Amino acid sequence: MAETTKDRAQLNRELAQMLKGGVIMDVTTPEQARIAEEAGACAVMALERIPADIRAAGGVSRMSDPAMIRGIQQAVSIPVMAKCRIGHFVEAQVLQAIDIDYIDESEVLSPADDIYHIDKTTFAVPFVCGARNLGEALRRIAEGASMIRTKGEPGTGDVVQAVSHMRLINGEMRAVTAMRDDELFEEAKRLEVPIDLLRFVHEHGKLPVVNFAAGGVATPADAALMMQLGAEGVFVGSGIFKSGNPEQRARAIVGAVTRYEDPEFIAHVSENLGEAMVGINKDEIELLMAERGI
Amino acid sequence: MTTAILALQGAFAEHAAMLDALGEPHFELRCHEDMERPFDRLILPGGESTVQGRLLRDEDMLEPLRKRIEAGMPVLGTCAGLILLASRIIDAGANDRTIRPETHLGTLDVTVERNAYGRQLASFATTESFEGIGTVSMRFIRAPRIIETGDDVIELAHIDGTIVAVRQGSQIATAFHPELDDDTHIHELFCGL
Repeated sequence: MAETTKDRAQLNRELAQMLKGGVIMDVTTPEQARIAEEAGACAVMALERIPADIRAAGGVSRMSDPAMIRGIQQAVSIPVMAKCRIGHFVEAQVLQAIDIDYIDESEVLSPADDIYHIDKTTFAVPFVCGARNLGEALRRIAEGASMIRTKGEPGTGDVVQAVSHMRLINGEMRAVTAMRDDELFEEAKRLEVPIDLLRFVHEHGKLPVVNFAAGGVATPADAALMMQLGAEGVFVGSGIFKSGNPEQRARAIVGAVTRYEDPEFIAHVSENLGEAMVGINKDEIELLMAERGI
Repeated sequence: MTTAILALQGAFAEHAAMLDALGEPHFELRCHEDMERPFDRLILPGGESTVQGRLLRDEDMLEPLRKRIEAGMPVLGTCAGLILLASRIIDAGANDRTIRPETHLGTLDVTVERNAYGRQLASFATTESFEGIGTVSMRFIRAPRIIETGDDVIELAHIDGTIVAVRQGSQIATAFHPELDDDTHIHELFCGL
């Protein structure tokens, strides 16, 4: 029996289900990838520069060198993700050609298209996309994303944006759940999303795909905060390998995501972690990556 | 009879939903202290076996669980759960087919190959017959496969000659994810042990 696009989409959503309760870590070298896997990362994001360095370097930021990504694929047995620019479907084709496990169509890189996102339904490989609100999340799912993450504000070490995005998405979903059936049409129009996806949220009170937190998570307490706010797992970008003791911090964040409702445990793993990444306040930065791709 | 579901990482909520559908009581096992709660059965869910193995060790749960499984407590391991149970583990693409020095629970007398079909693009779904149940839907996500079994192991399902489900005493393990389907037969079989 030939596999349909729908079958593939389902398998791709299911891989995200297997990542739940886990931490996905940004890594730039095979050595970092091995440290992340050993510390308990459920997947790694292979990229040449972590968001904090992209921010510092400025200029145009693109998909990583495929050879660098392959090096990381060979170093670890857990899933390997990589980023392409928003709308850059050829970068996505390249990542699919090297057998990547997940593509992040990411606002962290410079957008390649200021109107259109990638038509992700035409790919066999799964995509994760960022969202700040329910409208963005459901539009990305309509385009074929099989996993959502908050945008947060990458490379800042400041969790405030991830918190506000997670609260907004979940708050909007609670409001949709409380609506009458005949109010959904107007809400779909207001949010600019397909009615069938909105009906799913109305009936189930959740997105039809897994939703992780991302963008500014730097400490075990940050990670547990996002989990208590309803995240199903956490991406940590600059927070680990920009800190004083990456190995210990990675393990502490992994533990805190599993035992996110256990303050004594979080206190224990937060002890003597050394220097956290130097944060940048969102009001001090000129480039808000979260405003890319809406 | 209460089932504990290992909830360190992965698709544990999906197993909980299956047990809810069957009206079976259950709770989540997240840390060493949770082991003090009484339970009669154990489910090891899908997810990443490296993460789950790491946390089982960090939480000092590996030894007590192994003792209970060896004493005959029923256990169901799916995908990563199969790898946690296996006595011998081989990494995909390992040219020399060397067995990894480290196993996790190691109570099930099988050799498994991790990520045996490849990366996510090789994930697939199919239907095949399952011993004692009939035809069941099987979903393989970056799945392992069983390449060798010991004398006490009964093979329950095959795909193209590859073993994808086994039973040894009260241990049932599948390379696929019965928790991702509406079909509760495999969970019923487990709850009947």
